[in-house]
Amino acid sequence: MKAFWAIFKARNIEFWRDRATLGWNLMFPVLLIIGFAFMFNNDDKVQYHVGWVGNSDDRAQFLDTTSLRYVDFIEYEDLEAALEKLRYHRVDLVVMPGDLSIQYWLNDDSPSGYITEQLVRSNLLVTAEAASVTGEPIRYLDWVAPGILGMNMMFSCLFGVGYVIVRYRKNGVLKRFQATPVTPFMFLSAQVASRLLVVLFITTSIFTAMALLFDFIIKGNAAALLLIAALAAMSMISLGLLVSARSGSEELAGGLLNLITWPMMLLSGVWFSLEGAAPAIQWAANIFPLTHALSAARSVMLDGGSLVDIAPSLITLFVMTLVFLGIAARLFKWGDN
Amino acid sequence: MPTHILQVNQLYRRFGDVQAVNGISFSVAAGTCFGLLGPNGAGKTTTIEILEGVKQADDGEVMFEGKPRTSEYAKMIGIQFQHTALQDFLTVRESLDLFAALYPNPRSVDELIQLCALEDFIDRDNRKLSGGQKQRLLLAIALINQPKLVFLDEPTTGLDPQARRHFWSLIRSIKAQGTTIILTTHYMDEAEQLCDEIAIVDRGEIIASGSPSQLLNAHFEGAIISLPDADDLQAVFADVTKTETGADYISSDVAGDLAKLQAKGISLDGLLVKHPNLEDLFLKLTGHSLRA
Repeated sequence: MKAFWAIFKARNIEFWRDRATLGWNLMFPVLLIIGFAFMFNNDDKVQYHVGWVGNSDDRAQFLDTTSLRYVDFIEYEDLEAALEKLRYHRVDLVVMPGDLSIQYWLNDDSPSGYITEQLVRSNLLVTAEAASVTGEPIRYLDWVAPGILGMNMMFSCLFGVGYVIVRYRKNGVLKRFQATPVTPFMFLSAQVASRLLVVLFITTSIFTAMALLFDFIIKGNAAALLLIAALAAMSMISLGLLVSARSGSEELAGGLLNLITWPMMLLSGVWFSLEGAAPAIQWAANIFPLTHALSAARSVMLDGGSLVDIAPSLITLFVMTLVFLGIAARLFKWGDN
Repeated sequence: MPTHILQVNQLYRRFGDVQAVNGISFSVAAGTCFGLLGPNGAGKTTTIEILEGVKQADDGEVMFEGKPRTSEYAKMIGIQFQHTALQDFLTVRESLDLFAALYPNPRSVDELIQLCALEDFIDRDNRKLSGGQKQRLLLAIALINQPKLVFLDEPTTGLDPQARRHFWSLIRSIKAQGTTIILTTHYMDEAEQLCDEIAIVDRGEIIASGSPSQLLNAHFEGAIISLPDADDLQAVFADVTKTETGADYISSDVAGDLAKLQAKGISLDGLLVKHPNLEDLFLKLTGHSLRA
């Protein structure tokens, strides 16, 4: 155990004193989130969005569309999906046409919902029945923040472990450890523990600071978020170990890591939701740990998901960790020949 | 109590088409310094890494204190690799603390500082050490577990003459404490200075072994007479070896042979009379220079 702590401590010192890497690890996600905050701060409404359940082509039967301006209609097949958007202020009003009447819903917390309601009511050709939902608005910032933190975590885990171990193998640090009684398991678990500490520390600090600055919506339990972060980091660190199990070439390892991180960044839902994507892509995205981590984190933050709700994601991340770690431990070699 | 701390029998190791180690056998007496001497690529490092347990042999056996090596072996030996690095951003003291924690009964850091003369740079970052300082730190790490047997793979390659001499004195003091040392080198002066016994390795085989003086006495009698012009020497003596700087003749009667040269009226300008060293021996045995 003494050996484990010594290796753990040495790796932490190395990371902490490497100010360039540390600075990059801290600043990159902060800059991205601040950038997004400014980019999407432009909330001037020029249009009102009405969710129309069913085919909106025949809306002229219900509304005098010629005098209805500044209203954009978005079709939904499913009422629940439309109401979900309404709760998060993604649309201002939801309309479901009946035979000779319409039913509509508005969000009591949304000022533009009231205006849209007035616009629609004044142009109605049929009778209408109103209902309401409630819900705080979810900005794109709230939605994208877990994605950016997750992406940063992904790079930190994969490169911070994968690249570093390959470098250690190439320059002979691993060989020096091989000549001691330290087992590969002990050496690698100290590396994993050190990176886990680093990633959780960085992610938690940035998340807390950003949450205070931008008043993120956090409906669920913050401890559940920490659990997701820990499991996500474990699974991605294990993936990094797998990549670095044998290679002594930084070029090869860098290529492999890019091959993993870029598709993961694009397909795991960091920047945009995969809801509308082709089923094949949605299916393929499931191989990435980050996909499961982000869906769990958003479920907790935005929908107030409980541990039971996110259990499938947590179990998937845990199983991925075991699989990656198991293969990495089997493949691991100290030297590169 | 076996007198030999390490016995090596018929080691073989092949890399692709290259037979790096081709049937090497030797024994190392406890408390001595044993040197594997040979040019680059002779198979010294592969041999020593098999002995360290870092590489596997294709065939052959290595006995430590008369028995096959066990998992405890790693705790009883110390290794200074030829090519190795330490973690960046750690100081010398932190590096020593790290490696000390990996062994059950480490030497104290203070003792190592004194033994390897580390006090001047003990709080310096590993990255900022000079070549000699780095080798001293690596030596200290090799000694951290109070090993019975220490392997040093070309410990002074790339060091300036002063740093090399300093390093030699450290090795002598370690040996004086009773530690057995196995080192590889391609410097014959280093082997002559430090080793009780040497094995000269070429193309994966031991071509001569014994103490430096035994080897020289067995292969040379007297001194070497060297002249810049090979023809001058060949005019008088039959067994002349051509060298880069002229020609050598091994003489058992220097005064008599010089008189013979003068009697023939041969100019003695550029004459060199020297005691043969291990490099001359290597040249004699292989026909090619140690540093080639």
